[in-house]
Amino acid sequence: MDRKQYCVKLSVQPSRGLMDEKFIVQVHNVPPGFQLTIHAFHKCDDGHSWEAFGHYTASAAGAVNVSEDPSLGGTYSGVEQMGLLWSLRPVPGSKPGLRMRKMNVQTPMEVSISVYQGHQTEGLVDQVPLTSVVVERWYIAPGVRRVPITEGGLTATLFLPSGPGPFPGVLDLWGGGGKLVEYRSALLASHGFASMALDYLTPKITIETKKIVDNQYFETAYRVLEQHPQVLGSRIAMLGLSLGTSVTLKLSVYSQVMKLRCAVCISGSHVQPPGGSLEQVLTCFRENAGKTRINEEGHIIWRDLLLPIPTDPTLKVDVGQLQCPLLLVVGEDDQNWPAPESAMDMKEMMEKAGNSHLLTVLSYPNAGHLIEPPYTPHARFSKFMTVDTRQKVMVLWGGETAAHSRAQEDAWRKTLIFLRENLYGGTNPGATSVSHL
Amino acid sequence: MSQTVPPVLSVHPSRSLVDEKLKVLVENLPPGSPVTLHSLHRSEDEHYWEAYGHYVSDHRGIVSVAEDLSVGGTYTGIESMGLLWSMRPVPGSRKGLRLRKMNVRSPMLFNISVYNGLITEGFREQTPLASALIERWYMAPGVQRIDIREKGVRGTLFIPPGPGPFPGLLDMWGGGGGLLEYRSSLLASRGFASFALEYFNSGELESAELEFSYFENAFSIVKDHPQVIPDKIGIFGLSLGSIMTVYLAAESTIVKPLCCVCVSASHFYPPGKNLHGVFEVMTMNSHMIRVDENGHHAWRDMGLEIIKEPSNRINVEKINCPMLLVNGLDDQNWPSVECADEIAQIMSAAGKGDLVTRLHYPDTGHLIEPPFSPHFRATKFKTATGKQKVIMLWGGQTKPHSDAQEDSWRKILSFLQHHLYSRETPKARM
Repeated sequence: MDRKQYCVKLSVQPSRGLMDEKFIVQVHNVPPGFQLTIHAFHKCDDGHSWEAFGHYTASAAGAVNVSEDPSLGGTYSGVEQMGLLWSLRPVPGSKPGLRMRKMNVQTPMEVSISVYQGHQTEGLVDQVPLTSVVVERWYIAPGVRRVPITEGGLTATLFLPSGPGPFPGVLDLWGGGGKLVEYRSALLASHGFASMALDYLTPKITIETKKIVDNQYFETAYRVLEQHPQVLGSRIAMLGLSLGTSVTLKLSVYSQVMKLRCAVCISGSHVQPPGGSLEQVLTCFRENAGKTRINEEGHIIWRDLLLPIPTDPTLKVDVGQLQCPLLLVVGEDDQNWPAPESAMDMKEMMEKAGNSHLLTVLSYPNAGHLIEPPYTPHARFSKFMTVDTRQKVMVLWGGETAAHSRAQEDAWRKTLIFLRENLYGGTNPGATSVSHL
Repeated sequence: MSQTVPPVLSVHPSRSLVDEKLKVLVENLPPGSPVTLHSLHRSEDEHYWEAYGHYVSDHRGIVSVAEDLSVGGTYTGIESMGLLWSMRPVPGSRKGLRLRKMNVRSPMLFNISVYNGLITEGFREQTPLASALIERWYMAPGVQRIDIREKGVRGTLFIPPGPGPFPGLLDMWGGGGGLLEYRSSLLASRGFASFALEYFNSGELESAELEFSYFENAFSIVKDHPQVIPDKIGIFGLSLGSIMTVYLAAESTIVKPLCCVCVSASHFYPPGKNLHGVFEVMTMNSHMIRVDENGHHAWRDMGLEIIKEPSNRINVEKINCPMLLVNGLDDQNWPSVECADEIAQIMSAAGKGDLVTRLHYPDTGHLIEPPFSPHFRATKFKTATGKQKVIMLWGGQTKPHSDAQEDSWRKILSFLQHHLYSRETPKARM
């Protein structure tokens, strides 16, 4: 072993950070112009291995700063401060169609960041690096409390920020894959929102009764949040992705019970059968299944199922009646839902109705369907099991990795600002501003 | 419960190493609002420590501790870390407490809160407007902790993450004894394989490892470890530990440190004796211990008397490695500044003046520790010789002492980095 190796110093600041925080990766003490590879390795909770790497050339001072220096190749290129995380991909030989999702938010994601000599592209994991450090990435800040919720027949988890409160609330809905997915809510609570992650497709009550929940289930969730002693009942928002958007739009317009302060809808549509139960929405998809397309790789494209956007107003949520601010986030390469077309149509409807001042649309070229909190790998396609068919298929989500990752970073930042301004602002004169977001 | 929107308090980063700085921000306050920022910590031995600063929000309703002025409290001025270094035991606590983290595998938890108005007491009885919990760690992720019980030597070795091998450090604390891991785990978090050595149990002279060979063995254990570079080892000592450091550097034929850091050092060691001898000399001169008006014991004058005796001096002219001497000018426990003066003089006279680097700080006491921890001017101390616990006067004033801790730690790391990590040859091979 070359004794000069020990000279190399690698630092990652902070070594323990939240999932949406940036870090600074620096290498020091290498010869000027030294070629090196910075490598990230992560073994996720379900045992799969992921890696990312960038090729760098040290400066005249013998240093590399990932925030300032360009990667000349690897899984990402250019000046990409967080490239080592968002460009993570399954190691060669892995099963196809993997998607990284942390289901246990009480432990951190551990990433090994290492430095190797030269510009290497394979077999890195089998070599001894020059140096390496371990970095922890957390979905949950210290002091955030995780509270399982079962009252009212709900299957949910409430995350409360630390402190006495009371806090504005968020009702957080994921999409057609079901399950109780907590990480976005844990992160929202780490930013000061009492956030409830709600399982509405595979809750205990559906498993037991075999019946899909109705609107009352969501209204119960809203009530539980509203009445919680540490939640500001008059400041509740709803955030939905994919199918969660359908639910959010419907309830924000039509629910008599829910008085939302604002809503965030990611990668979804307002197109729904009239009558509006969740069961009917799912039925509508099944009926349009014939419009499913399959690409050359055998990946399933579902974006056509709701196209063309109907002109008949009774076939969509009447967003012209919306009374609270709405943030729409869409990826222009969404292959799973016609989110960009729906967003355009919603904009037109609201302009006609005179409430378009409530609407903000964030539209991202080359971003796909799964617009999630930043700095986790992009899945252009993955294995997916829909709740009703119970078949595992390979679904195309869309998006080009670098553009999609930039979209995630920008959309998350703007979502937090939107929630902060609408849920925390408005009472204190001059008191809306953003922190280090 | 009030249904008004609370302010938003954020502390960044929420998980950090103890030598890292924090940004504390309060937003969404009414503009021009007087508030108190407060920190609270419950120690492992179940004492409460707190600090607070008085602020007024700006026209945007924001208080930024890193940028704004504290106009009152346990610290004043623009002090981004004042909520940590100015902490002191809450009113009603026992006298002479000292805050030290014994279990480095878990973080220190601090509750940072913002209260309405300018408050000076009774924090626990009031509900803050907002609060946040932060973790402060002495150990970075991936650092390995290894219990050492080998060759009769006791201690804990901390190895940085990564394949290594790494430069090593022998880390020795002072006359309070026991096994203190926190500085070593922090040094390992900064890239040095560091061995926290236990050489006697608190207050038990009988248990003291008295022979010089104990320390030489400890050094060898570091040297022989497969993840340590055998010719890149330094020694770090504080107080009594730094006496051993100076002695090893000067007298050992086996131990060859590449550099030494001596905090609050002395160069006194009765020749031909072992540690017992050190204590004997102190006992002989104990009538010179000055007890001040608070009943605190100051050993400084006794120390001055002891070092007058030339035969008690270590032959520092024999030292051949760079020495960093860190001292507080208000050290009431030992005349360490006078000792450092002499060490520098003697080495200079021997043509080795360029090996010595000195850092001395005004209004700084004896216990110069890693930064942002509270200052202890006087604490309960169980002496090795005495059967009682006395309150030992260490010296220093809180603000200058804290500045010294921050400045010296940075310079110590830089010194170690330079001597233990620098490139062996200037020629680059690509």
